[in-house]
Amino acid sequence: MNLILVTFIILLAFTSYYFGRKKALVIQSSQRLTALPKFYGYYLAAWCAAPALIIFALWSVFEPSIVKTFILQDYTDQNLTKNELQLIYTKVKALAAGTYTGNITNFLDESANKYIQLKGIANSAKVAIILAILIFSLSFAYRSVQKNDRMREPVEIFLKWVLFVASLGAVLVTIGIVFSLLFEAIRFFQAVKIFDFIFGTHWYPAKTFVRDGQPDPELMKDAFGAVPLFAGTFFIAFIAMCVAIPIGLLSGIYLSEYAGRGVRKYAKPIIEILAGIPTVVYGFFAALTVGPFVKEIGNAMGLEVSAESALAAGAVMGVMIIPFISSLSDDVMTAVPQNLRDGSYAMGATKSETVKKVIFPAALPGIVGSILLAVSRAVGETMIVVMASGLAANLTMNPLESTSTITAQIVVILIGDQQFGDPKTQSAFALGISLFIVTLLLNVIALSVVKKYREKYE
Amino acid sequence: MNSFKKNLLKKRYNAERRFQWYGKIAIGLALSFLAVFMFQIFSKGYSAFQKTWIVTEVHYDKELLLIDAESPSKDDLENADYYDVAYKAMTSLDPGLPEEEDRQLIQMVSYKYEAEVKDLLLKNPDYLGKIVPIKLTASDDVDQVHKGNYPRDIPEKNRRVNDYQLQIYDMLNERGDILSEFNISFFTSPDSREAELAGIASSFMGTVFSILVCLAFSFPVAVLAAIYLEEFAPKNKFTDFIEVNINNLAAVPSIVFGLLGLGVLLAVFNLPRSTPLVGGITLSLMTLPTIIIAARASLKAVPPSIREAALAMGASNMQTTMHHTVPLSMPGTLSGTIIGLAQALGETAPLILIGMVAFVNTIPGTPVDPAASLPVQIYIWSESAERGFVEKVSACIMVLLAFLILMNLAAQIVRHKFEKKWS
Repeated sequence: MNLILVTFIILLAFTSYYFGRKKALVIQSSQRLTALPKFYGYYLAAWCAAPALIIFALWSVFEPSIVKTFILQDYTDQNLTKNELQLIYTKVKALAAGTYTGNITNFLDESANKYIQLKGIANSAKVAIILAILIFSLSFAYRSVQKNDRMREPVEIFLKWVLFVASLGAVLVTIGIVFSLLFEAIRFFQAVKIFDFIFGTHWYPAKTFVRDGQPDPELMKDAFGAVPLFAGTFFIAFIAMCVAIPIGLLSGIYLSEYAGRGVRKYAKPIIEILAGIPTVVYGFFAALTVGPFVKEIGNAMGLEVSAESALAAGAVMGVMIIPFISSLSDDVMTAVPQNLRDGSYAMGATKSETVKKVIFPAALPGIVGSILLAVSRAVGETMIVVMASGLAANLTMNPLESTSTITAQIVVILIGDQQFGDPKTQSAFALGISLFIVTLLLNVIALSVVKKYREKYE
Repeated sequence: MNSFKKNLLKKRYNAERRFQWYGKIAIGLALSFLAVFMFQIFSKGYSAFQKTWIVTEVHYDKELLLIDAESPSKDDLENADYYDVAYKAMTSLDPGLPEEEDRQLIQMVSYKYEAEVKDLLLKNPDYLGKIVPIKLTASDDVDQVHKGNYPRDIPEKNRRVNDYQLQIYDMLNERGDILSEFNISFFTSPDSREAELAGIASSFMGTVFSILVCLAFSFPVAVLAAIYLEEFAPKNKFTDFIEVNINNLAAVPSIVFGLLGLGVLLAVFNLPRSTPLVGGITLSLMTLPTIIIAARASLKAVPPSIREAALAMGASNMQTTMHHTVPLSMPGTLSGTIIGLAQALGETAPLILIGMVAFVNTIPGTPVDPAASLPVQIYIWSESAERGFVEKVSACIMVLLAFLILMNLAAQIVRHKFEKKWS
C-alpha cells in the first residue's frame, strides 16, 4: 500500500515535470518566459512531490503511536504497568496479523478487531489526505505557471532547502546516538546506582539473570562495577601505544627527514596498508598466531601465560595503529618550516640533533594530537579484543593475564537475542555512552591541539 | 684539532648514525609485520581453495532404490530411497568390515553423501541399474589429513581420524582414488556447520547487499550535505556546529553505531533483524562523515576561476554549482566514496550487534533476508573449534582482502584518470 502510494507520487512528479515543460513552450508562443522551460517542469514536480511526501512521512511516523493509544484506552481502568500494556499491544498486533498462537480471550479478540478497523480507517484517511494535498498543491503550482510567475528562484530556494536538510543528516545521526544511548542508560541507572557503576570493582552481569522476576537489588549492586573494564580498556590501549608510539614515531621521523623521494613514495602507502586491514582479520591473527606464540615464549621462560593475554591483543592493536602515528607525525614534521632546519644546520648541528632539539619540539603539539587520536582509536577498537583478549573482566595489571574491555563487554552482552528492559542489556548502553564520552573528549582535545599547531605555522 | 674535540665529533656522528638506524629499523619492523601477516594468512589459507574427494563405485540397484516402474520418470528417481545405495557405495570400500564398524567408513565422507549419490543419478538417468564411479566430498578430517594440516603421529585417542580410517585413506590414496580439485563449492555454497561443506556465498551476498544499501543511503545525503556546507552555508554558529559535528562523528568508534542501529533501527523502527538492510543503514551512518569530508575537499579543490567564469556568464549560484563545480568535483568525491565503502566493508562489530551473526544456511536473495557478511563470517568461523575452519577463515580473509584491494585500486583509477589537474 505504502509502496504504491509513494510510487504514485513519484510517477506523478515525473509527469508533472514533462507537463510543466510543455506548458512553458506553449506560453513561450505568446509571452516571454521568466526562466528556462525546464524550471517550469521542476517547479511543478517539486510542488507535486514535496508536500505529499512530507505529509506521508509524518503520517507514517505518528500513525502507530496514535493507533496504540486508541487501543490501550480500553485497558486504562485495569491499572496495568507499562510493560504489561506493551505486551497486550504486541499480542493484539499479532492476533490482527494472524500470527498469534496463545489462547485468545474475548477482550483480546475485540481489541484486535478494533485494531484492524483503526488501521483500515487510518489507511483510507492517509490516501484521501494525500490525494487532497496533491490536488491542492498541483493546482496552486499550475496557477502560478499559467500566470507565468518567476520560476527559477522558487526552484533554487527549494533546492537550497533540500541541501540544508541533507546537511542536517549528520547532526541527526549524532542526536540519534546520544538519545538512543541516553535513553537506555538512564533506565539502567534507575536500577543500578551510578556510583556503583563508576566505582564498583566487580563486573559480572550474568549473575543478575533471574528467570521470571526482578533480580535481587543486593546482587545488582555488586554486578555492575565498571572499574575492571575501564582499567582493562586503558591497559590494553597502553600496551598498544607502547608498540605503536616508538615504531610509528621513528618511522615518521625517518620518512619526513631522512628518506629519499623513492623510499617515501613506496614505504608510506605500504605502511598505511596496515591501517586498511579489517580489524576482524587482526583479531584472527592475534587469537590464532600471536596469542599462542606469546604463551609459548612465556612458558619457555617459566611464566604463567594465559592463551588470551592482554599482551597479545595489545601488541596486535599496536601494529594496527602504527600508520596513524607514522603518517600523522610525518605530515606534522614536514610542515615545520624549512628555515628552522636551516638555522640549526648553520649552527653546526647534525641532522639527528636538529630533529631531536629543533624539529621535534616544534612539532610536539601536532604529534601529541596524533597520539591522542591513536589512543581514541585503541579505546574504541572492538574485534581484536573480542577475539584475542579474555571475556571475563579481571581487575589486573599483569599483561600476561586476560582482561576485558568496554567494547568487548558490549559485544558479549548483546550478541545473540537481547531482551530490552533487562538491566544486563541496558548496561551495554551505559558502557556505550561512557565509551562515546571518552572518545569524544580525546578527539576534541586532539583536534584543538592540532588546530592550534596549524595556526602557528600558517 | 685536539683529541677531545675529535672524540666529541666522533660521538656525535655515531649518534647520528644510530638515530638513522632506529628509523630504518622502525620502518623495517612495520613492513615486516605486514609481511609476516600476509605470509601467515596465505600459507594457512591457500589450501582451502582445494577440495578433497573420495572416489568409489556406486551401484544404482533398482531394488535397493525401491523403484518398481519399468522406465522410471523423473519423479520416480526424485522419490527413490537412496539410503542403501549410498551406504553400500561407502561400505564397498572395505567389504570385510563387520557391520557394526561401518560408521567409521561413513564418517570419512560428508554427511550429505546420500544427496550427492542422488544428484549424480538425477543428472544421468541412464546410470540406473549400472555400476558407476562417483566422487563424494571427503569429511573435513580426511580433507585436512590429505592436505597435510593434520598431524598423524599423535596418539589415536586424541585424533579425530582413527588408525583404521587412516589405513583406508592410505589405500585409497595409493590407488589414486583421493582427488584434489579446485573448490568451487567454497564460492557457491552457503555457510554450514560442517567445514567441508561451508562456503562464502551467503555472506558474500550479505556483504554485497549491505554495501549497496549503504551506498544508496550515504552517497546522496553526503554529497548534498557537502555541497551545502561548501557552497551555500552562511558563516555562522550553526554552520560551525554542523562542521564540528561531522568531524567528531568521523571519530566515533564503530561499535557505538552498532548500538545506534540496535536501539533505534531495530527497537524503534522495528526493521527486520539480522538483515543487510539494517546492516547497510548502520554502515551508511558510519560512512556518511567520511564521504562528506572527501566531497568537501574535492569541491574546495575546484579553482574559483571556474565559478567566477560561470557567474560572469550570468549563471545563478545554483546553476554554477550544479553545472560546473559539482561535476568537476565528482572524481574526488567518487574515490572518497569508494574508500569509505571499503572501510564499511571491513566493519564487523556494528553488524554483530544488529544480529548479522545468526547462522544462515541459505543464500539471501533480497536485502531483507537474514544474512551474514564476509567479516562477520570470519568471526563466526574463527570461533569454531573444528580444525577445518582455520583454513576457511584464512581463505575468507584472502577473498575480503582481494575485495578491499580492488576497491582501493578502483578509487585510485577514478582519481587519476578522471580528475582534472589545475595548474
